[in-house]
Amino acid sequence: MADLDLIGPRLEQRLLNILGGTLVSIAEAIGRLVILTRQTLYWVKSAERRSVFEQIVAVGVESIPVTTLTALFTGMVLALQTGFSFRKVFNEPIYVGTVVGLSLTKELGPVLTAVVISGRVGAAIAAELGTMKVTEQIDALYTLGTNPVKYLSVPRFIACLFSIPILTMMAIFTGIMGGLLIAVYRLGIPMTIYMNEIKQIGWKECTHGITKSFFFAAIIVIVSCYKGFTCEGGAEGVGKSTTSAVVLSMVLILVMDYFLSAVLVSFGIG
Amino acid sequence: MIQFEDVHKAFGHNRVLRGCTLDVRDGETLTIIGGSGTGKSVTLKLMLGLLKPDHGRIIVDGEDITQMSEEELSEVQKKFSYVFQGGALFDSMTVGENVAFGLQQMGKEAPEKISEIVREKLSVVGLQGIEMLKPSELSGGMRKRVAIARSIAMSPKYLFYDEPTTGLDPIMSDVINDLIVDLHQKLQQTGVVITHDMRSAYKISSRIAMLYEGKIVKIDTPEAIKNSDDPLVHQFVTGSAQGPIQMKVRAYD
Repeated sequence: MADLDLIGPRLEQRLLNILGGTLVSIAEAIGRLVILTRQTLYWVKSAERRSVFEQIVAVGVESIPVTTLTALFTGMVLALQTGFSFRKVFNEPIYVGTVVGLSLTKELGPVLTAVVISGRVGAAIAAELGTMKVTEQIDALYTLGTNPVKYLSVPRFIACLFSIPILTMMAIFTGIMGGLLIAVYRLGIPMTIYMNEIKQIGWKECTHGITKSFFFAAIIVIVSCYKGFTCEGGAEGVGKSTTSAVVLSMVLILVMDYFLSAVLVSFGIG
Repeated sequence: MIQFEDVHKAFGHNRVLRGCTLDVRDGETLTIIGGSGTGKSVTLKLMLGLLKPDHGRIIVDGEDITQMSEEELSEVQKKFSYVFQGGALFDSMTVGENVAFGLQQMGKEAPEKISEIVREKLSVVGLQGIEMLKPSELSGGMRKRVAIARSIAMSPKYLFYDEPTTGLDPIMSDVINDLIVDLHQKLQQTGVVITHDMRSAYKISSRIAMLYEGKIVKIDTPEAIKNSDDPLVHQFVTGSAQGPIQMKVRAYD
């Protein structure tokens, strides 16, 4: 009985410590993310053109192959699955263009592009900034009269916000073309029918998808920069920061996708 | 002049500085000595404004930097330059771009003038003609000298060195010591050096301060430190394991 009395408060204390510690860490991380976002937005006006251009090449141009390839096969598999499923239910592969077009424009285009970019670009940002942090290069920037947020975060922020919506548009287009290939050559749907269904997609659907891609871009760059700037503990720390930057970006993208979709739909967009 | 007034700094439960009070006089080279983990680097980073103290004031030329906004602090930081222990050279840039970086960011000099300054500063540290090399192609001593060239290119009022001779062979250490002394005589900058290399400390310092248990326990000229009968100072400068300073070997459960 005496033992139980001793275990009781200790257990409670331990639980409170774990819970309190976790809550404090989460609150601190959110606070730091907000501060980084505010500082990044503050310095946007004084961004260096050359750095922004270099980042657009790294984030945008060099990501074209992987994002378009992903979208191409997504469009193809979507058309294939829709066609065969609808053939089973309705005896013919109807609405393939509509399903492929709407899915890609409103959901798969922005989300898949963002997920691919968070793996390719987000990881690179977190690893580069993390390595700079652990080798004191970030501190060196301060001592050379340069704000690291202005020098490192801002060009990446502008490049991501510029490139990711464009990559999304390219992904949507490529995915629809992939769907067209399967619809015409595998499912035997006339091209005019598929294209007529695609033409039903209006500006609201496009705005829905592209608006989301701006938010996803901001999530990727802010989370990755934050993980890089707060990296600690040498090579192992860089690895951990990179992994957590990608995982956190992907989770936030998927969570944010639901809320953004709900808000946009409630405003009649999409 | 830089003044530390009762500065405290802790990282979690580890109280690194516990009421550190210190003056760095204009034009001198002050060396802070102390064992590993006593807070020498933390003291330097607090002076630079890279860390904020938990308590106490840090006054640079009459202004308390602990109360400043980020913009105000970045103005004060223009007076400082820091030679990091590992050099902290930007590995994506060439040596020339590294040395030019601070000047380009300030935007006060024309590109031709910057190239000239880069050549001049590299020749001051004895490394002319290596502008196009990448930091990964340099030896440890060369990296330190490039880091010094990058720091002096900014013409700072205060120059900080974090263990400038650590990891170098004795001859290269002496080359770096001579360079620090030579630069101090030529440029008349105020220097703050942290080291536990006593040979280096005696050679380059105007004064030496000893940090122990989060406080400055002794500050005096190199000669006085060398001949000090203070048990703490004597044990440290003679490098003896026996004495009041007990280096703890931590046991991990």
